[in-house]
Amino acid sequence: MSMIGKLVAQRLALGLLTLFVVSLIIFLCVELLPGNLAQEILGQAATPETVAAFNRELGLDLPPHERYIAWLLDMTKGDFGRSLASQREISELLGMRVQNTFFLATLAAVIAIPLAVTLGILAALYRDSWYDRIVNVVTLTSISFPEFFVAYILIIVLAVNLGIFPSISNISEDLGFWEKVYRSALPALTLTLVVVAHMMRMTRAAIINLLASPYIEMARLKGLKPGRIILKHALPNALAPIINVVVLNLAYLVVGVVLVEVVFVYPGLGQLFVDSVSKRDIPVVQACSLIFAMTYVLLNLLADVLSIMSNPRLLHPR
Amino acid sequence: MTMSAPSNAFGGQASPWVSRIAMAAVHFFILVLFLQNVAADTWSSVIGLLFAHLYSVVALTYWSKIERTAAGDTVIVTVTLEYVLMAIIFWERASAWPWSTMFGLGMVQVCAFAAVKYWKDLRRAPASAWFGLIVILVYVMVAATAPIIAPFGETEIVGSEYDVWSNKHLLGTDNLGRDMFTRLIYGGRNTVGIAFTTTLLAFIIGGFAGILAAAMRGWVDQVLGRLVDILMAIPSFIFALLILTIVGTSIPSLIMVIAVLDATRVFRLARAVSMNVVVLDYVEAASLRGEGLWWLIRSEILPNILPPLVAEFGLRFCFVFLFLSGLSFLGLGIQPPTADWGSMVRDNATLITYGDITPLLPAAAIAILTIGVNFVVDWFLHKASGLKD
Amino acid sequence: MTDAMTGDPKGEIILDMHGLRIEGRSDEIWHEIVHGVNVTLRRGEVLGLIGESGAGKSTIGLAAMGFARDGCRISGGSIMFDGVDLVKASDDSLRQLRGSRIAYVAQSAAAAFNPAHKLIDQYCEAPVQHGIMPRAEAESDAIDLYHRLRLPDPESIGFRYPHQVSGGQLQRAMTAMAMACRPDLIVFDEPTTALDVTTQIEVLSAIRDIVRQFNTAAIYITHDLAVVSQMADRIMVLRHGNLIEEGETRGMIEDPQKEYTRDLLAVRTFRKEISDEPNAEVPLLSVRGVNAAYGKVPVLFDVSMDIHRKRTVAVVGESGSGKSTMARVITGLLPPSQGEVFYDGQALAPGHRRRSKDDKRRLQMIYQMPDTAINPRQRVRSIIGRPLEFYLGMRGEERDARIVQLLEMIELDPDEFIDRFPGELSGGQKQRICIARALAAEPELIICDEVTSALDQLVAEEILKLLQRLQDELGLAYMFITHDLATVRAVADEIVVMLQGKVVEHGPKAEVLRPPHHEYTALLLSSVPEMDPDWLDNLLDERSGQTA
Repeated sequence: MSMIGKLVAQRLALGLLTLFVVSLIIFLCVELLPGNLAQEILGQAATPETVAAFNRELGLDLPPHERYIAWLLDMTKGDFGRSLASQREISELLGMRVQNTFFLATLAAVIAIPLAVTLGILAALYRDSWYDRIVNVVTLTSISFPEFFVAYILIIVLAVNLGIFPSISNISEDLGFWEKVYRSALPALTLTLVVVAHMMRMTRAAIINLLASPYIEMARLKGLKPGRIILKHALPNALAPIINVVVLNLAYLVVGVVLVEVVFVYPGLGQLFVDSVSKRDIPVVQACSLIFAMTYVLLNLLADVLSIMSNPRLLHPR
Repeated sequence: MTMSAPSNAFGGQASPWVSRIAMAAVHFFILVLFLQNVAADTWSSVIGLLFAHLYSVVALTYWSKIERTAAGDTVIVTVTLEYVLMAIIFWERASAWPWSTMFGLGMVQVCAFAAVKYWKDLRRAPASAWFGLIVILVYVMVAATAPIIAPFGETEIVGSEYDVWSNKHLLGTDNLGRDMFTRLIYGGRNTVGIAFTTTLLAFIIGGFAGILAAAMRGWVDQVLGRLVDILMAIPSFIFALLILTIVGTSIPSLIMVIAVLDATRVFRLARAVSMNVVVLDYVEAASLRGEGLWWLIRSEILPNILPPLVAEFGLRFCFVFLFLSGLSFLGLGIQPPTADWGSMVRDNATLITYGDITPLLPAAAIAILTIGVNFVVDWFLHKASGLKD
Repeated sequence: MTDAMTGDPKGEIILDMHGLRIEGRSDEIWHEIVHGVNVTLRRGEVLGLIGESGAGKSTIGLAAMGFARDGCRISGGSIMFDGVDLVKASDDSLRQLRGSRIAYVAQSAAAAFNPAHKLIDQYCEAPVQHGIMPRAEAESDAIDLYHRLRLPDPESIGFRYPHQVSGGQLQRAMTAMAMACRPDLIVFDEPTTALDVTTQIEVLSAIRDIVRQFNTAAIYITHDLAVVSQMADRIMVLRHGNLIEEGETRGMIEDPQKEYTRDLLAVRTFRKEISDEPNAEVPLLSVRGVNAAYGKVPVLFDVSMDIHRKRTVAVVGESGSGKSTMARVITGLLPPSQGEVFYDGQALAPGHRRRSKDDKRRLQMIYQMPDTAINPRQRVRSIIGRPLEFYLGMRGEERDARIVQLLEMIELDPDEFIDRFPGELSGGQKQRICIARALAAEPELIICDEVTSALDQLVAEEILKLLQRLQDELGLAYMFITHDLATVRAVADEIVVMLQGKVVEHGPKAEVLRPPHHEYTALLLSSVPEMDPDWLDNLLDERSGQTA
């Protein structure tokens, strides 16, 4: 077990390093801004005095490394600074939105993962059958759709024509859980559709790859029942690739959320991010990027660690 | 077997090489003859030109009875020659025959050559692959001839806002009163063109770096590998938005940013497939012979990793295309007044709540092209894996 | 341990395949790969199926279980197993037969055991699932079989995972697993091909004993006639999906009827003529006190050897003995951590990048796998032409004329082959192209790294003869790396025996092959199967006599 412990510790350390590097990049991106941030924000008409005052306010007159350390320390304390556009505390802007976004992503994941994995395994089992061919064409088609296309089709069908769900997701803190689910149904469904196709194709590929291995042929030649071959011989070995597929797609969900939130005017992190980008509200953009990137890094880390832990060769060293 | 010239870079003998040039010259002669007699009417000249291309390519390939592999080389020679001459003849009429149009015609020609060369495979291709190929061909032709087939100008305001579908405006007008059909055609040209350029750039950067990393290994591999790890640690959509916030959204910066971010994925693939080749004995044999890096890359590695790279090009193009449309949809990609499919959806989205599907047409156009490319790639991958067994 | 007597009367017919036809699919078209073969097998009888690659022997073996791999189908004939036609049987009844009454032992046990489960769990699966015995009984039975198969630690070895057990042991554990339900028939599909010769002996004798003890019928598939003559009562020789010859083992070995069988038997009889002792000149290549390591793992320890002009030095050893590492040190791919390599009295630079073009030219290499040794995207013309351009600066007609000459030298028709791609060549032809590529550089020494081990035996022999002729004509020196002692006997002037990175014996062929040997050389030499059905018995008697 010490082998596993060592590998996991290595990955965790690497993950931590990655987080650090990511924060550095996000900080440096702004640093590398051509020209002067103040000039950029305040416009050409700004007087040297206003520029200096602006710089002082943001601490821009300090040397970069000092600013980076201060920025990082503030971040870890949950202090993200102030928005340039609205002058509000960024942490205040983020609070509810982060929750909403994670609610949406989780909702989509809860529907998508079991669905995709089951359908993917079925497609692998009945490969080259009609079911498999149809699934192949359908999933290829749906991964080709832009997210907003899926979203608008759902709006037209389910909201405008059938009137089942609201086309705009008005979420506020005081809503009950099921009411929230109801109002997030369309964005969650959109995300599910987009992610399921990817996840399913990858699951199918992983299983087919596995079914070609000699020990599966051996299991068949031992006269085992098909169900047992899948559950007992394929699945334990398929765990690592499937976990990888699932987590990779979760990471994608977190990003895919941005587009979907905009379509449904869903009050989440993605919307705030897009608004801030178009207003060039750099501190908010930085904060949002950091949160997205952190989630992404952590999910990838999770995939790494889980696939190490499900590898029989590592679980039972010589 | 008599020959005088050494075998060339294409790996064939000299005699087909001569016939290649002869073939190109004949082809070219027909083209010039034709163009001297075209009517002033642009439509008929375009169609006639296409026919001339198709006819001469197909007929000549069979007529000259050269081996099929030579057809690919012929494309290069013919197209190059043709562009040089076209540039000379049509210099004054350059505005009537924009470069993109010539590029598009060249693409059509390439398609025709490829069809002749791979006819055996094509005949056995499934319906989905045929669908994909036809979609791609149609898109390329529409994009290439946009100024000729579009009824109005790209940014021209021709009516009131949100006009309904009519004879004058096939698909109605948009939120500023511009013709939707025209915008759709130009949008294709812009979006597809930019996505294609970006993917190409990403492949040049990522592919080259990946092969280099595999061929040189050691510190080059380490440095490039870590650099890519860092770039990939941040989700590319977020990263792109972050950088675009800072450098601003112009078309060149859009292309550069997406290309660099996408190059990381290409790098990973190119490095992985090159690694598989680099460890093979024939590469070892070549490097023991004392061959230089350039030879190893060009003659030993590149020809053997081409199929997966071609497939990846298709997939990356889809990715970039969707990525770009996503950005434009958010208003952070291609900026107005340039027509673009993503921003067309966004600008006219209000109509959707009234149940009007017009704003979805550009989105559907995006989807259809991506599906087409995916189908072709799927077929290609299936074939490539089938050949291995 | 009491062996059943050989040649005792066998029981009734258990398997009868009649007019078996099997098709395989390539390029979406079905091609017949087995053309109407008849196989009968009685209870307790061991049938050897032998043939070169593409003979269809594995396909026929699997068909005996009513099984066809993906991309294959049984297209005609009948397979009667104990009164049931497996071709017509339902999937469910086939499933019930497999594992319980017909069992399978795969070529690579390491790949055929599921990495996620312990050996004994995989053992118990078939008896428990087929309802033959409860789990506890199966477990004690497994331990009993592990004893009989002479596995170390039979009590506990079953509780390990496959990757924790060595290759030879895994192969025996797989035989035990096949025996679990005491089947009527076992199909052994090249069970020892992936093993070293010394390990092979243990596995062969274990398999033979257990099959005799339980009077199980077996189909033993292999490409090695010497191995099959130890195992089988009767042999069927197959080629391209047709039966060539069938007969009792002893009769066939002693008096083969068909030309093809005679060729197969004669494979190991080729011997080079003894050449003169080297004159006292400076050796062409001299390795002096070389130590080498991959990273921190040391592989070679103080290795020294000489190769003289026009001589063949065979470096022999089992996997992991460091013989291929030697080649990497000599060619400069792996600079030694200590010691030097001299060429014609001059020290060579340790890394190949710092060697002169001429040093590289004089030392050429031929590889084990002709499939990966030549670039599949280059024509024969470019493959052979490149060294001509690169080393000798030949261009145009001069170069092409030389390519034609070289192709003639390796006995391939230039007009037919010069513009082919490697994909259009057979394995033996590819290896010939590799030889031509090496010759193009006009070398003095060629390193041959297991050049025949990926080839069928008849083809391999042709290649050896070709290399010999070239040596006589061109005065080349060869360093011949191989694990196959038959090859060594055929081509060597001198032999270097390696074990775990050290040279254990070194000398002229006659000397090394003549007793007294070094202990390891003796083991290695005695482990090579011979075309004598009594060889294994005699050897085991001899060895048990020594230890007793």
